[in-house]
Amino acid sequence: MNKRKSLARLIIHAVLVCGSVTFLFPLLWMISTSLKPIEQTMVMPPRWVPKAYYAVIDGERIPVKKLFQLDQPSLVVRATAGERKGEKLLVPAKDFSEGQAAIEVRVADRVERVRVPAEIVKEAGKGWWYVVQKFGKQYVAEKPKWDCKPEEEIESKVHPYFSNYKEALGYIPFFTYAKNTLVVSVLGVMGAVLANSIVAYGFSRIEWRGRNVFFILTLATMMIPFPVTMIPLFATFRRLHWIGTLKPLWVPAFFGHAFNIFLLRQFYLTIPRDLSDAARIDGCSEFAIFRRIILPLSTKALAVVALFHFIYAWNDFMGPLLYLTKQETFTLSLGLQFYQSQQGGSEWHYLMAASTVIVVPIVILFFFTQKTFIQGIATTGAKE
Amino acid sequence: MTKGERRNLRNGLLFVSPWILGLGFFILYPILSSLYHSFCDYSVLEPPVFIGLTNYVDLAKDGVFWISLWNTFFYAFFAIPFGQLIALTLALLLNTKVRGLSIYRTIFFLPSLVPIVAMAMLWMWIFNGQYGVLNYFLSLLGIKAPAWLMNVHWSKPALIIMSFWAIGYSMVIYLAGLQDVPVSLYESAEIDGANFLQKIRHVTVPMISPVILFNFIMGIIFAFQIFAGPYIMTPGPGGPARSTTFYTLYLFQTAFEDLRMGFASAMAWILFLIILSLTLLAIRASKNRVYYAGVR
Repeated sequence: MNKRKSLARLIIHAVLVCGSVTFLFPLLWMISTSLKPIEQTMVMPPRWVPKAYYAVIDGERIPVKKLFQLDQPSLVVRATAGERKGEKLLVPAKDFSEGQAAIEVRVADRVERVRVPAEIVKEAGKGWWYVVQKFGKQYVAEKPKWDCKPEEEIESKVHPYFSNYKEALGYIPFFTYAKNTLVVSVLGVMGAVLANSIVAYGFSRIEWRGRNVFFILTLATMMIPFPVTMIPLFATFRRLHWIGTLKPLWVPAFFGHAFNIFLLRQFYLTIPRDLSDAARIDGCSEFAIFRRIILPLSTKALAVVALFHFIYAWNDFMGPLLYLTKQETFTLSLGLQFYQSQQGGSEWHYLMAASTVIVVPIVILFFFTQKTFIQGIATTGAKE
Repeated sequence: MTKGERRNLRNGLLFVSPWILGLGFFILYPILSSLYHSFCDYSVLEPPVFIGLTNYVDLAKDGVFWISLWNTFFYAFFAIPFGQLIALTLALLLNTKVRGLSIYRTIFFLPSLVPIVAMAMLWMWIFNGQYGVLNYFLSLLGIKAPAWLMNVHWSKPALIIMSFWAIGYSMVIYLAGLQDVPVSLYESAEIDGANFLQKIRHVTVPMISPVILFNFIMGIIFAFQIFAGPYIMTPGPGGPARSTTFYTLYLFQTAFEDLRMGFASAMAWILFLIILSLTLLAIRASKNRVYYAGVR
């Protein structure tokens, strides 16, 4: 029996570890890609660790990038006559005979084979790398040096390219986007905490006629899909001249939201009634009871509302897409998507760097508030 | 009404007054206005003109509308049940008093925090046909994988797979539900000789059935509104051969790209009715299977 139990434990751990690896992998892959130079993102098989490569070319040790592997024995030759005199060429071994290399030259729109007199510089085996000098960003105009090298002659060092982050954020007006995102998130959080805490009090600590019907109506609004209200809301904000401003993204938070009202109401209901009754007898007004008694006891539930709203506002994509028209008002989410759609989407190292930048604040926030957060989600499922 | 009752009514209404305004401005007025627009020719730039049922008739004749409906049902049909199965399985495993619970829970939850835009970028890269890491892994298993998002048949499955990565909220809700199941029930089941699977079937599932229902309804509401993922990951009119033109995506295009707001409002109302009826269906179908342990 005991043996079977420990076997079961082992299996459970094995499954959980496999699951964890699967769930974590995409995030690690994102970070790994964000630290690679572009040519190392586009290789098969993929490489996990970003590296810097060095090789000795023409007697000089220089940083290089590995472009491709030779698929057949080849020769590095130097042209000895003609307009290409002195130029280094790479030709398959079978295309070199009697001191002449057959190379393909593009003439207008066709490709012609021409023979160039040349001398052999070195023989390169199948599987060798074609390496090209790697420049810092600013020198791309220069003609790069190149050579063919076997794996063992290429020196490699682990080297995360943190410069990707600087470059990626330099492409987009990052600080403008970050500022807009913070404005929407922070003002939204203030509105959500203020409005929902007050409204939830009215739904839980005061008995009034029609309260329960109104509360059920409130809950029912959670069922309404956003597309239903989207168009009239757009029209309303347009009439208010709010389109192209951040207002449609944070002002509504000051009027409460069914989900948060529900969350806080559930919490307020757990606070003993006697507390309010005693205060009432002492002549406290409802608002004083709310501020002096209920609010101080509800900081945790308010933190959950604040967290949920912050994450919602930070992650929101559809709202900004609908209401923001000028680039200087974009949030990070919309800005990142805009950048990606503009440049066609092959600079994966930059895209992953920018994605990491918008993920990290949320993850840090989560780590500091994990317990509150998890408890908050747990309560949402506990409605009967 | 006594004096106290009147005072309470006044105070109660005062406290909920922000919400009364919010409900009116941001929900009730938009709903009614959208219902009216669905019977109108409306471009937002000019006032709506009443045209009766024309939008609904046009919808029935619109090929892309039916494609988008099919795509959305396809997505929901696979994403919800399998996503919930994964979430529930993980929660069950985590509920075995396993050591390192909070670490595992954090790992499984983390992806759900990733903003949808970042998630879309990341999975576009993973699904990349040429250099995608997923296809590399599959090639190790000897599988020649498709170009996912570029492929008519695999673009929807790709989005479904991505949705499995973000089941953290459901998992946490399940886990909380599981932790509320009284240990005594498991103990008596054990005395009766129930094995692991029998305990899950006859104790766990009935006890957390309200939570399962809740997660399914949430799943329906979200799945039928899928938008940002396909919008970002399959740009253009909605993926290869319209294979990722989901309902809300098509609605967005007709409303904000073609400015056919009346037509889009009609679509929105049909979506509302679909979600509503599926939710009621889920509640009805589960009526005799959901067990409420009474007031806690």
